[in-house]
Amino acid sequence: MPAILALESIAKRFGAVVVADGIDLSLNEGEALGIIGPNGAGKTTLFGMATGTVKPDSGKVLFAGKEITALPPESRCRLGLARSFQIPQPFSGMTVFENVVVAAAFGNNEREKTVYSRCADLLERCGLADKANKRAGGLTLLDRKRLELARALATKPRVLLLDEVAGGLTEHECTTLIALIKDVRAEGVSIIWIEHVVHALLATVDRLAVLHGGKFIASGDPHTVIKSAEVAEIYMGIAADA
Amino acid sequence: MSGYSVEHATRSSRVGVAVIAIALVVLATAPFWGDRQTLRLLAELFTFVALASLWNLLAGYAGLVSVGQQAFVGLGAYLLFAMVILAGVHPIAAIFIAGPIAALVSIPVAALTFRLRGAYFAIGTWVVAEVFRLLASQISVLGGGSGVSLPASVVIAMAPTRTAREFELYWLALGLTVLVLAAIVMLLRSRHGLALTAIRDNEVAAQSNGIDVTRVKLIVYVLTAFGTAMVGALIFLMKLRVSPDTAFSVNDWTAFVIFITVIGGIGRVEGPIIGTIIFFFMRQTLSDLGSLYLLIMGAVAIVVMLWAPKGLWGLIAERFGWQALPLQRHLVSTPQDKS
Ligand SMILES: Nc1ncnc2c1ncn2[C@@H]1O[C@H](COP(=O)(O)OP(=O)(O)O)[C@@H](O)[C@H]1O
Ligand SMILES: [Mg+2]
Repeated sequence: MPAILALESIAKRFGAVVVADGIDLSLNEGEALGIIGPNGAGKTTLFGMATGTVKPDSGKVLFAGKEITALPPESRCRLGLARSFQIPQPFSGMTVFENVVVAAAFGNNEREKTVYSRCADLLERCGLADKANKRAGGLTLLDRKRLELARALATKPRVLLLDEVAGGLTEHECTTLIALIKDVRAEGVSIIWIEHVVHALLATVDRLAVLHGGKFIASGDPHTVIKSAEVAEIYMGIAADA
Repeated sequence: MSGYSVEHATRSSRVGVAVIAIALVVLATAPFWGDRQTLRLLAELFTFVALASLWNLLAGYAGLVSVGQQAFVGLGAYLLFAMVILAGVHPIAAIFIAGPIAALVSIPVAALTFRLRGAYFAIGTWVVAEVFRLLASQISVLGGGSGVSLPASVVIAMAPTRTAREFELYWLALGLTVLVLAAIVMLLRSRHGLALTAIRDNEVAAQSNGIDVTRVKLIVYVLTAFGTAMVGALIFLMKLRVSPDTAFSVNDWTAFVIFITVIGGIGRVEGPIIGTIIFFFMRQTLSDLGSLYLLIMGAVAIVVMLWAPKGLWGLIAERFGWQALPLQRHLVSTPQDKS
């Protein structure tokens, strides 16, 4: 089975900081992959390179077997590659509803009127229904994260890249989020989820990969990976700077 | 599932539209109640509303901070004088022909200036305007560097009396400004407007959500050139005389326009209208002070930028959640769907 999303020998450095040192990654269709790693490991940058907002120094990005390395972000989005931003990037002056309408209409190339009811349902699913007509700039950080998720889903993605959406949630909210992500997955969407909230990942993903020093140092069954000594050591580091 | 509807109008926008409608009626009848001085002032005010609204679309929404829109004001003016003097085109027809020609010219200009980012783009647009000004001063049939007046025969042919001509120009200015504003509102309510507003708020997110940002910017640049040239043509038809220095004046057609937009509220349709009224009020009351008046305007601009970076309308709109025009989409769940 061909990978739905693949990164091949991706390298990237910011000045002296090497964030990707020949990374290979492949996501199978329907798979949910979790990525962990210390702060500054380059996880977010990896999403940037996958979605086209960050140019890799070298290497290839493939989507459903086709090379997309040279495609701009908007084309990748329309192909079905959606992301949520770790630092939420709302359209602050627009309403929450309009934010989602933008993603639905342009991310999936649909007429505006045809997306309205889908967007309203999505706001419901993401717990934003009562804030539909609020200015997105006035949302709390938590609601901004919900909006990131709603917007990404509105583009009808085949691959969904989630960047730390569970941080700061209460136990109950986290359970709801996990249920939502499992639902999305059940609809056939492949997922990569970057997350520090490890128990949320363990409840959701099929595979866990650890990014450290510009490379994946472990990848495999989530429970096995999380127990490995090397990972435990890195996580001491995370605990220290969290 | 279909218990939703989407509305544009809010209570404040209904009030806003009513106020605008009343203002339009009052303004349209101005020739019957205003003197010559008032008409002239109002017509000038309309043209500034139009220019500032177009610049706001360009800079406030598309993020294209041009300081060279005088290129298109001057191009429109020169196109009008060229068509009227050299080809005998009716001046009013010339206004409407100047628009599409300027739009065509703006495409290669964009191809050049769009390679530049941020401050370099701004400088690039200004350089282009200077090149246009130098080219205009080389056109000897239009008076070269000293410019040319509209032939008396053309002026007389426009209307039987001077009063009738002034009425005609007044209504033309009002009509063109309403046309420009209506076009902007329609654009913003369209699919392109949705993309444009998203770009205004966050370019990276706009791209990542499927919007071809460069394409939208190009469309806005071309449309803005279209409108700006028509307004420029009209301004100089009212002045009856054109010269390179007046037509391509960075002071009149860019500095004042930026001042207006910034104090009124950049990135909002209402901003330039409010800003123009303030600008004209200040100009009328302070112009006796000579160059001190420019200093005071500069100080006002700085104060507004520091304390109300979204302009006066931005301050009001955010505090009270107002919109004077029905631009936002509001989700309304219909009663039968209360489950
Ligand atoms: N645009 C940028 N310019 C310079 N350095 C950057 C840029 N983006 C990220 N970095 C640096 O790259 C490293 C990886 O960042 P990031 O991908 O955000 O890590 P993570 O998401 O794993 O915490 C960090 O050291 C960060 O400071
Ligand atoms: Mg990150």
